[in-house]
Amino acid sequence: MKRRKIDIAALPAKAGAEIDDRLQVSSPLRRLFNKVFPDHWSFLLGEIALYSFVILLLTGTFLTLWFDPSMQEVTYDGTYTPLKGIEMSRAYESSLTLSFEVRGGLIMRQMHHWAALLFMAAIVAHMLRVFFTGAFRKPRELNWIIGVLLFWLGFVEGFAGYSLPDDALSGTGLRIAHAIMLSIPVVGTWVATSLFGGEFPGHEILGRLYIAHVLLVPAILLGLIAAHMGLLVKQKHTQWPGPGRTDHNVVGIRMFPGFAAKAGGFFMLVFGLVALLGGLFQINPVWLFGPYEAAVVSAASQPDWYVMFLDGSTRLMPPWEARFPLWPGHHYTLPPLFWPTVVLPGVLTMLPLFYPFIEARFTKDKRAHHLLQRPRDVPTRTALGAMAVSFYLVLLLSGANDVIAYKFHISLNAMTWAGRIGLLIVPPLAYWLTYRACLGLQQHDREVLAHGVETGIIKRLPDGRFVEVHQPLAVPDAHGHTELPYAGWVVPKKMNRLGALVPTVKGFFFPIEEPAKPAPQEERPVGAGTSREEITSSKK
Amino acid sequence: MSFDDSAGAAGPPREVRRGRLLAGPVRKSRLRRRVFAGLRLAAALAIVGGTYTAFAPGSQAQDTPKLSDAAQIGKRQYDQSCATCHGPNAQGVEGRGPSLIGVGSANVEFQVETGRMPAARPQQAQVERKQPMFTTAQAQQIGAYIQELGGGPQLPSGENLRAGGDVAEGGRLFRVNCASCHAFSANGGALSSGKFAPSLEPSTDRQIYAAMLSGPQNMPVFGDNQLTPQEKRDIIAYIQYQKHDKDPGGFGLARYGPVPEALVIFLVGMVSIMFVTIWIAGKS
Repeated sequence: MKRRKIDIAALPAKAGAEIDDRLQVSSPLRRLFNKVFPDHWSFLLGEIALYSFVILLLTGTFLTLWFDPSMQEVTYDGTYTPLKGIEMSRAYESSLTLSFEVRGGLIMRQMHHWAALLFMAAIVAHMLRVFFTGAFRKPRELNWIIGVLLFWLGFVEGFAGYSLPDDALSGTGLRIAHAIMLSIPVVGTWVATSLFGGEFPGHEILGRLYIAHVLLVPAILLGLIAAHMGLLVKQKHTQWPGPGRTDHNVVGIRMFPGFAAKAGGFFMLVFGLVALLGGLFQINPVWLFGPYEAAVVSAASQPDWYVMFLDGSTRLMPPWEARFPLWPGHHYTLPPLFWPTVVLPGVLTMLPLFYPFIEARFTKDKRAHHLLQRPRDVPTRTALGAMAVSFYLVLLLSGANDVIAYKFHISLNAMTWAGRIGLLIVPPLAYWLTYRACLGLQQHDREVLAHGVETGIIKRLPDGRFVEVHQPLAVPDAHGHTELPYAGWVVPKKMNRLGALVPTVKGFFFPIEEPAKPAPQEERPVGAGTSREEITSSKK
Repeated sequence: MSFDDSAGAAGPPREVRRGRLLAGPVRKSRLRRRVFAGLRLAAALAIVGGTYTAFAPGSQAQDTPKLSDAAQIGKRQYDQSCATCHGPNAQGVEGRGPSLIGVGSANVEFQVETGRMPAARPQQAQVERKQPMFTTAQAQQIGAYIQELGGGPQLPSGENLRAGGDVAEGGRLFRVNCASCHAFSANGGALSSGKFAPSLEPSTDRQIYAAMLSGPQNMPVFGDNQLTPQEKRDIIAYIQYQKHDKDPGGFGLARYGPVPEALVIFLVGMVSIMFVTIWIAGKS
């Protein structure tokens, strides 16, 4: 019998050909595989958010198998002793069962929650990168808008998830959300009543939040993420300026195999980190909070970090009640809650959404940009960004002000007032400091381009003065200046960046490869014709 | 009145009536009447004065029942360490310390045993727990003295006041009554103007019971009509159970909920992911 010969080396090509014969995918796939991605660590922040989202989908699917969003009253009879015999909703009971009785349930819950916090943190970090480098400029305004919407959808999704277990913190959060809805003029009562199906808490809200949390919002998130990445592929990734990089090309590694391998590895690392967090750090211990009862509001009741800034704005808001007289004996009351929880988020949505257009209008810049800007080169934008970040940070800290006050022995009233004053003073201060820092950095870049790198060698002149010897970056002119243009990218400021010294090893990033020794240079006398003795180290 | 006057004019003369009332049917001489009046006055004075002398506190008279042995030792401690602010007989000193009459031994034991009293700096926002100056036994003796002085709430005997407590019921009561200040994990929370509800981490059964009974500082009193002794035992059982219960999910992050979680996601999560990102971005 004749044995069939299988040429293993030819198998992939053969399989590929068979697939292409049927699906005709080789041309589009080749295009995709050859897609070039620029390489810089700051371009990977969005990927962290994407991978966190994948982890959220995976762990979330696991959780849905056991979680029951029912508000039906049951008596707990599980393994957790301190709640035995306590009346609670079915939702809370199933969260407890999930935590204590389902195998691997607790780590899945914790991974899900940590991944949610990481998702939002990565979104914010990615957003800051895009903002400060000007990556949102034409033609990428739409992708920026989608990104802002993704943040707010993540916010809503996270809040819905936080509310589902029906523990005391969930209920407190929902109660506040309910109050926020009620504070909206005219329609508030209707909005609240229709969402909750009657009075708070009613019997509807968990079921509605559940379907929003597991289907509606994730589906929109998924769609927007697809659009976000589709636009990225269509418009190509931005890149830093540098040698050979222009507005008309993309320098980097191909999608396949280089980028795909890296991205796959990166996903594994993010997954590993989330698993570590889920296994090592306890998060949202619902069993300690207890089931929600309207009378139960614990001290230190906080939302998750991405909602905390709104809690902070609520805590800082002075009790200013606006009363509008309608007709004699009647007036309309606008509660103070309306301003920090409806108006502020409204402004915080609209301002970022339209920021690309606002900036283009002020700078009269209508061109398309594919090269990024260093934050120092656009001081106004960078300073505005710093202002926004500091505004947000003051609100975030104020959201935790009772815990900070307690832990650091500060008066809570003092914390509130510090927050109120800080909210007005810190952002302008941040603007000014950042602006000055940008100008200073710019100036230093220009100085190095004109005079060279500081060598650390101090020379004494015949008249007794001391000067530092600079290493010019090019052949200097008669005045000792080099007329080098600024390329919008890092200017070497240390001798080892010029290859004159062995590169320094930073921190624990010890390179596996031995760095190349600098080329032995001819010793040049410092002064004309003067011979000098070399100062040697202990090597000899 | 004018009608009465006219009616009176029709009756017997004034002297006759007085004579009958005072001296009875037999008419006596003016002298005898005066002698008897003097004697009656002397007798009345003797009775009143005698009664007064018999009941009034004299220098060697015993005004209260004799203090028990424990209370006597407690009184010595009290006179030495507490009387400066609370007065020599616990009646309080204006502007320095309140009266302790009627606060009960529960209050004294709580304050002294947790080191709050004697207060080092009474003018701060609230007197804080510190290294106690007296032993538990001494605190109980001072408590006995204050108790015998003016009465008030007392602790049940024994160290273990969680015995027979229902942990689950205690948890429910804790969340409704205590968590709003001490937080769901009993590790404390801020109140207004620098005041705070302290962590219950170092608290013993007796201290928690005493705090509920006496309502120290900003804490409301949970008398036996608000929380029955059994309910107090339930709450203590829950608090002590939680303290010794391990965190099933890893590091408990002080059981403070979303604030330390926010710190962890940035200081641990984002920082380590940044290292990973920079590391992997350098690999081509």
